[in-house]
Amino acid sequence: MEIAQVATIAGKEFWDRIRNRWVLAVAAVFTVFALAIAYFGGAQQGAVGFRSIEFTIASLVSLVIYLIPLIALVLGFDAIVGERERGSLDLLLSMPITRFELLLGKYLGLAGALAFSTVAGFGLVALVLATQLELNALLHYFGFMLSSVLLGMAFLSLAVMVSVFATDRTRASGMAIALWFFFVLVFDLLLLGALVVTSGQYGGEIFPYLLLANPADVFRILNIFSLEDVRTLYGLATVFPAALAEPWLLGLVMLGWIAAPLAIATWRFRK
Amino acid sequence: MASISPDAGKTAPPPVIAARQVVKHYGRVHAVDGVDLDIEHGELFGLIGHNGAGKSTLFKMMLGLIPPTSGEIRIAGTAVTGKGFRAVRRRVGYLPENVVLYDNLTGLETLQFFAQLKGVAYSACPNALERVGLAHAAKRRVREYSKGMRQRLGFAQALLGKPQILFLDEPTNGLDPEAIREFYATLRGLRAEGVTVVLTSHILSEIQERVDRLAIMATGKIRAVGTVQALREEMDLPLWIDVRIAPSDFDSVRAVLGQLPVSAIEAHDDRVSVRCARDTKMPVIEALAALDGRLLDLHVREPSLEDVFFGFSD
Repeated sequence: MEIAQVATIAGKEFWDRIRNRWVLAVAAVFTVFALAIAYFGGAQQGAVGFRSIEFTIASLVSLVIYLIPLIALVLGFDAIVGERERGSLDLLLSMPITRFELLLGKYLGLAGALAFSTVAGFGLVALVLATQLELNALLHYFGFMLSSVLLGMAFLSLAVMVSVFATDRTRASGMAIALWFFFVLVFDLLLLGALVVTSGQYGGEIFPYLLLANPADVFRILNIFSLEDVRTLYGLATVFPAALAEPWLLGLVMLGWIAAPLAIATWRFRK
Repeated sequence: MASISPDAGKTAPPPVIAARQVVKHYGRVHAVDGVDLDIEHGELFGLIGHNGAGKSTLFKMMLGLIPPTSGEIRIAGTAVTGKGFRAVRRRVGYLPENVVLYDNLTGLETLQFFAQLKGVAYSACPNALERVGLAHAAKRRVREYSKGMRQRLGFAQALLGKPQILFLDEPTNGLDPEAIREFYATLRGLRAEGVTVVLTSHILSEIQERVDRLAIMATGKIRAVGTVQALREEMDLPLWIDVRIAPSDFDSVRAVLGQLPVSAIEAHDDRVSVRCARDTKMPVIEALAALDGRLLDLHVREPSLEDVFFGFSD
């Protein structure tokens, strides 16, 4: 593998997203949402103003879990199929570059843009809140940011896989939306439904492992488990054994969710 | 004294591009159906055929973009499907049919992107733009380029890194006649430097006087390969002789023409056209010369490549 070729492709993808202000727009969305939640998250209870980092993070998690997978899928679904449909893929592949290098470059460039938006958008809020936070709370917030980046990377990996399998952009967008529905909306309902139907007799032990089969759930567990105050508020997380909730273990699972779709995409792209 | 060539007895250098029994099937569609083709070093080679004849598919296989269903293609001695082909790619330039570039980049940025991929220094980019006459538009975005300008930019991209082999798929699409002339002048310059050029076209009149050899492709097969002259002779197509005469001499001249070994006579307002087989060309012209004085002008129309082409592809 030649790093220079990967870097060339990645650089183009990244700078394209900077130049067309994609990064700026997404970062602004994150900042606005995070600030709104931090200051007005408790408005229902009649209180306005920043309350606690834990409730802020808990609210942000439920927002980000919808938003970031959607943004990542929209960002990556046409990475390959877009070039194919426009007619520029043949020219790219005629260059001294392997298909794996092209795919990896595309992924890293887009991942860089998404990570940059996430860190910049939420990081700005951290700066605003910094004076009101203790070190421990800041660390929690950074943990949230890091896991948000990982969540984005995992869904971006799925998006790039879709972009290799789909024969045209329309189908790719359909597949991307279907993935979003499945992982973000349907998956937990299915699991809960299965638990209820079987009255919890079967699957009780494998249930936590099934949660690992969804990067969005991994993200949720990563964040909720680190927050003592809100852990009890989340039914799902309470059935999760603490032994599995080690951040490094969950982090590894996330890395697996990044690597596996990319590996499948590479295999398919080479064929 | 007869000199003996030092090369006598040696085997010819291997062809730069060698295709052996190349087949590409898409389900039941036989896009390329058993192609054998050798293209020699430094040749300007034309591949002609209708749309859908299999030219682009053959091109993509030669570039290693799609694998053949069966058969083998070697470029500069290296199999296109093999591991060593990346090194060959550095010496190959490719202009795809209807080249699509990135609208959001400027012309110069476009070339810099491809230069990076090819491992070519940025300093080569302004020269490449100059060479295709786009220096004035270097800082403009490709979005604002006309069809012809995009085509030129695509050509500039193909020229980056001094390639030894150029694959140009319908390279003159969208170019005006002046640009087409310049384009072929550039190709002749490259050939003089030893670059092998393979180009496709469906505009036969454009390439017939400009390529060294050409192959006619139809329904996935190479129907004929050779120089234009060789193909004409091989086909043995009849030629036309136009004779201009004064209207008053029309009937007498027609009477003379009727005696000649011609296969058709067509009368027009100011001239008479006769069709004859290639081997009767000289007898016919000599007989016409005897008309002496009544003959105002004479013009021989050789069969065009188009006639050859349709002869083979039908």
